Order: sequence, then C-alpha cells, then structure tokens
Amino acid sequence: MSSAPDTSAGQAGGFRLSMLLNDTRYRGLTFQFIALAVIIFLMFWLGTNLVRNLAAAGLNISFRFLGETANYDIGQSLIEYSSQSTHMRAAMVGLLNTLLVAFLGCVLATIIGVTAGVLRLSKNWLVARLMSAYVEAFRNVPVLIWILVIGTVVSLGPSPKVYLGDDPERGLFLGLFAFTNRGLTAPAPVFGPGSLWVVLTLVASIIGVIAYLKHRKKTLFSTGTLLPTWPVPALLIVPTVLVFFILGQPIKLDMPDPLANRFNLQGGFEIGRPLIALWLALSVYTGAFIAENVRAGILAISKGQTEAAAALGLRPRRIMNLVVLPQALRVIIPPLISQYLNLTKNSSLAIAVGYTDITATLGGITLNQTGRAIECVLLLMLFYLLISLSISAVMNVYNASVALKER
Amino acid sequence: MSDTHAESVAYVRDTFIPQQEPPVREKGVVKWMRENLFSSVPYTILSLLALWAIWSILSSFLPWLLNGVWNASSLSECRETLDGARGGCFAVLSERWNQLLFGFAYPSEFYWRPTLAFVLLFAAAAPVLVPMLPRKLLIFTLVYPFLAYWLIWGGTIVAPIMGLVGLIVGAVVFQTLSHRGFAIGVLGAVISAIAIWWIGGSLAGGPLSGVMALEQVESAKMGGFMLNMILGTVCVSLSLPFGILLALGRQSKLPIIRVFSVCFIEFIRGVPLITLLFVANVVLAYFLPPGTNFDLILRVIIMITMFASAYIAEVIRGGLAALPRGQYEAADSLGLDYAQAMRLIILPQALKISIPGIVNVAVGLFKDTTLVSIISMFDVIGMIRGPILSSTEWSGVYWELYGFAALMFFVICYGISQYSQWLERRLATDHR
Repeated sequence: MSSAPDTSAGQAGGFRLSMLLNDTRYRGLTFQFIALAVIIFLMFWLGTNLVRNLAAAGLNISFRFLGETANYDIGQSLIEYSSQSTHMRAAMVGLLNTLLVAFLGCVLATIIGVTAGVLRLSKNWLVARLMSAYVEAFRNVPVLIWILVIGTVVSLGPSPKVYLGDDPERGLFLGLFAFTNRGLTAPAPVFGPGSLWVVLTLVASIIGVIAYLKHRKKTLFSTGTLLPTWPVPALLIVPTVLVFFILGQPIKLDMPDPLANRFNLQGGFEIGRPLIALWLALSVYTGAFIAENVRAGILAISKGQTEAAAALGLRPRRIMNLVVLPQALRVIIPPLISQYLNLTKNSSLAIAVGYTDITATLGGITLNQTGRAIECVLLLMLFYLLISLSISAVMNVYNASVALKER
Repeated sequence: MSDTHAESVAYVRDTFIPQQEPPVREKGVVKWMRENLFSSVPYTILSLLALWAIWSILSSFLPWLLNGVWNASSLSECRETLDGARGGCFAVLSERWNQLLFGFAYPSEFYWRPTLAFVLLFAAAAPVLVPMLPRKLLIFTLVYPFLAYWLIWGGTIVAPIMGLVGLIVGAVVFQTLSHRGFAIGVLGAVISAIAIWWIGGSLAGGPLSGVMALEQVESAKMGGFMLNMILGTVCVSLSLPFGILLALGRQSKLPIIRVFSVCFIEFIRGVPLITLLFVANVVLAYFLPPGTNFDLILRVIIMITMFASAYIAEVIRGGLAALPRGQYEAADSLGLDYAQAMRLIILPQALKISIPGIVNVAVGLFKDTTLVSIISMFDVIGMIRGPILSSTEWSGVYWELYGFAALMFFVICYGISQYSQWLERRLATDHR
C-alpha cells in the first residue's frame, strides 16, 4: 500500500521499487508514510466507532450542558456559588479550588522538603536518621493512602461543641483558632475604610526592604563593609503599625465567637476539613520527594567549593548562602518544578477526602448528572494539560536563564 | 645531654608513664554522642527535639502494636477484650485476610491459583533481576506470563499455549527473515504471530475449550492486593517496549514519527492518571466497535500502560541523550544500519543508564495502581474503603487497615528501590 504514490517517481530515473525499503535515502519516507497511514487509519477507526456508538445511544457531542443549572452544592468555594448556578460555574469553582490547594501545597511542601533535605545531611546522627525515615516512609507508600490517613486524622478532631458555651471544655488555641472535625476556624480580617492605606504602606515597606537588601549586597561586594540587618524588621513593622494606629485601627478581626450560636462557632472564617486534609497530605508527601531533590542538589556541589570558601575565611552560614546554595539551586529547581507539577496532578485525588476540586465537580458530579462523559473528561484533560504546559514553559525559561554560560 | 640536665634540672623522668585509658569524653559512646548529638547548642536542641518526637511516636505506637487483639469477630469484641487499654484491633486483618489479598468475589476454593502465580513470579523474575543465575532460566520467564494468566483467569490451557506458540513462531520467522532487513523480519513475525493467535483463539473458543481447563474466573472478580500486583506487573512489563519505541520515536529524524511521539508523550504526562482512568471507565467504550465488550480491567491496563510508557519513554530519552555522540558515530562507521546500531550499541548502554529512572517509574506506577479504587474497582484500598469499613463489624478500624496497606506497599517499593541501587553498583563499569 505504501508504494502506490511513489511508482510514478520510479519511472523517471533509475528507481526501483525495492529502493523504497533498502535505500537509506528513501527508507525514511517509506516508514513515515506507513506510520502516517496507520495513524490516520486508527483515527478514522476510532472516529467511526465514536459516531456509531453515539448514534446508537442517541447522544451527540455538545457543550450546552455547561449552561444548565448544576443543582448541587459545593462545600468550599472561592467565588459566589449556589446550587442554582450553572455547571460552568461549578467547574470554575472546582478549577479555583484545584489551583488553591496546589498553591498552598507547593508552598508548604517546599518548606517541609527543604527543611528535611538539609536536616538529612546534618551531622546530627539522630536528626539525619529521623529525616531518612520520614523520606523513605512517604516515598514508598501511595499518596492515596496518605491522603486517606491524614483525612482520617483530621476527621478525628473534636466536635465544635467543646469550644462552645460560657465554660467551654477547651479554649480557643491562642484565643484565635479552633480545630474541630469541621476544619479550622480562624479570625477573619474585616477591612474598614482607610485599610487600603495600611495595605499600601505594607507593600511600600516590603519594596523598601527589598531595596535595602539589594543596597546591602552592593555595598558588601563593592566596599566590603556589611550593613546591619536590624533595619529590615524595623522597616517592615514600624511604618505599617504607625499608619494602622494613626488611621484608628481600620482593620479589625472577626473572631470566632463561642457564645453566639449553640451548635457551631460563629464568626471568623472556616477552612474546611477536606482542604486541610488534602493540603497537609499533598505537602508532606511531596515534601519527601523535594527533600531528596534538595539533598541531591547539595551533594552535587563538589566538596572543593565548600573547602575553598572555608579557606577564604567564610563562616559556615555564609558558605551555605553565598557558595553552596546558589550553585545547588541550579540543580534543584528543575526537579522541584516537576514536583510542583506532580503535586498539582495528585491534587486530582481530592475526591477521596471530599474536597471539591475540578475532578470532583466537572469529572465527578457534573459527569454523573449530565452523562456527558466525553465532554467532561475532555475539558478536564485540557485543563490539566494547560497547567502542565504552562509550568513546563516556565521551567524552560528558567533553565535557559540559569544554564551555565560556557564557551 | 642528660648529664648536663642533671646539673641544671631538679628532676628528669627516666621511665614512661604507664599507658592510660583515654578520657571518658574522648572514647566510646560518650565521644560518639558528643560528636554526633550534642556538639553545639543548636544541635543539642535538635537532638532533644528528635528524641522527643521519637519518644512520642513510639509511646503511642508500641502499646498499640504490642497490645493488639488478633482474635475477634468485630470491633466491639476487640474493645471488650482490650477493656479500655490501648491496643490495635488487628483481628480485622486476620478475619478479612483473604478479602484484603484477593477481593471479595474471587472464589475461595481457588485462592491457591493466584498464590501459586505470585510465588512463581519470583522464580520468573529471578533470572532477570539476578544476573548471576544461568541464562537458560529465562525460558521460564518467557513462559510465566502465559502460565500466570492461565492460573489466575482459568479457562483452557490451549489459549495461553497458543499465545506462547505465536510468540515463538514470530521469533523464529524474525530470525529467518532478518538477514533480508529488519523491517521485513518484523513484518513477517507480526503476521505469522497474529495468524497463530487467530487460529489459537478459534481453537480455544471452540473444540478444545475443555482441554486442561481450570474453572474460569471473570476479571470483575479480581480484587484486593492481587489486583494491585496484576496491574503493576502487567503494566510495567508492557510499558517497557512501548516506552523504548516512543523514546526512539522522539529521537528519530523522521518528522512525522517524532511529532507523533512528542504529542503522545507530552499529552499523557500532562494529565493526571485519574483522568486517564476516567477515560478507561466511561469514555473508552465509545471508541471501540459497537458490541465489543472489553472488561474494565483490560481497559484500565490499556490506559495505565499508555501512562507508564510515556514516563518510561522520557527516562530512556534521558539515557539516549546521555550517550556520547561518538557511540552513534562509531556504530555508523562500522556500517551498522539503524536497527542494528540501536539493538547492539545504543540501547544496551542507554538502558543501563536509565535503570534508576525506570525503577522510579515502576515504583511510582505500582503505587498509582491504588487509584483504581476511585473508579470503584476493589483493589486493596477499594476493599478497605468499601466492603470492610462499611461493614457493621469493622466500621471505624482505620489505622490497622491503612497501616496494613501502607506496609505492603512499603515493603515492595522499598525492596525494589534497594534492589535498583544494588544493580546500579553492579553494572557500574566506570572507575570512580
């Protein structure tokens, strides 16, 4: 079948049919043609099957269901949502929930992973062993089991009733937080008039701090004098606090109130139990992998670098900050980003603890209610694909920017 | 010399001081502890924190483990036996042991069949895993998949035998034709194998269906840890050849093949496994000819194999890229064609470099087989969350069950990764 289009060319010169298979100049073309034919045939076969199956089931491909009323509730949503909203809206809620838990997870996983990775290299025998045990335990057990286990741990929290009444069994933690089997209740900030200025001052002080640190580094490198670090916290805290009190405390805290309601804590905002469970599980699980990456990155820096820095008279912390880490980061960041990607993909297991991410809304309830399997799964895959491709695009840009400029 | 000193110095020692033990703080446990645990203030704090963590874990874990109840028929009976003391209710494991391992539907009189298949798995894996063993044992490895299929699913032995015969005939045809070119050899092998399989299929379905037949067990009855093992081993072994092909495709100079491989790999790697399982569960049936009835386990195997081969392809691509260009050029200059160069020069080296990565993928894949519980298949997690935890006797026994499942996975995954480190050291041919 492959030779048909090429025979006309064969008559032109000294071309024989067997050259299609035996001549390296043409063999590639033959194989590509066969591959293309197979792929097209496969697509055609799948496509006709799809059409015939859909016709037999009386279905069609249509995304109109996204505009219909969803008729189901979602526990935690970042945007306005009720059971009267559309399936599209439900999918958006799920999407934002996925992004939320992925973001929170990446932050916490990085903190846990870097700490564990550095401690695993520590000369303290006990701590190093403890961290090895943590890493091995989490890397070798499926993430689904960890999600279920941590989901169970979180669900064993006390009922909100222990915090209620005039003489509660338990006081609020630090007077602010309540851990219950419904989740974590924390004070919610209420922004009054004038709070914009407080926020702006905070932003300005952060910019100031960054500028100061840059200036500090510059003077260190150009003159050798090291400016003090105390202006950093001062710059960060003093102006904001001043503005806060001058404007008459415009930001207030809405505290969880044990007395307002007989069944649950009122006030504050509640982080739902599923979110906490999934967040912790993903962070601790991914943290173990990040710890390995961090350890490998630090070990990849040759000992000569540390010794050379020590010979120059740098103190151990300086050696870490100025010599080892900048080089190790180049090794650590690419696998770190792929761990972030894994965390995002693993967040699709949210359904196991009842967190309504996009897999649970679009790929779960919406799919079951509307029966639009192909459309829902297609949208779901596209969404994850979009996240993955954008993260790998970021990674490529980063890799290009830190690649060693050699020759 | 000493004479002059005898004049000026009051006392000169002329005997050795008897040898003494080193100070306590410079030897033995004390020295080790000073150096490794309490060398500075921050380290001391860290050590104390670690000790506290270990103590608090052990103080609640050990009584739970040692005081556990192994004989009871329900959680309430466990609690009665414990009488308020702290202890685990491991009776659930002994009572539901078979369900955890084989699922709830596999006929109990045939438990010996998957057990035997599991034991034989070690025998089949040994020649691959331990290079010291004689090569002839690989024959059993070749036979094993068909034997295991026959044992687990049952049915007539004609089907697996014809499967094996098809494979062997294919290999023989390839050997005889391969001197006329790799492509012709492959084509001939595939055609003859398919012909044998087709004949075998009609024989096993028709006249010979009763020959040495074991009682047939449908796929829907597979469950428990057996299901995880089946999915893990089948998908990892199937994904290796596909992964190699995809990796070669991605490195290929032929644009159509390269673009196809890149698209496939990036698409699969970009979506979570659970969406692929959704595809297996609810979408794949739409793409198959009307009336075909693939069972779920087969659809899941297809999707997980696709998933794993994309990841393995990326690992092998890394191995191919790590080979120095000189190897490719040397193969070319010897006059080897593409198939020969890959088979004899490039792939053996590239695969060796890729072993750690392949093992990582295999371990990850084996762990990911638990995801099938989300599309309501009853693997070990599905059994725990479904029939066991929702039964009246055992609702609320979380730690024992999850702990058991975690331990099973830990033992296998940790074992595999230790093995791969050993193999890496063994295969190391560079002098470092």
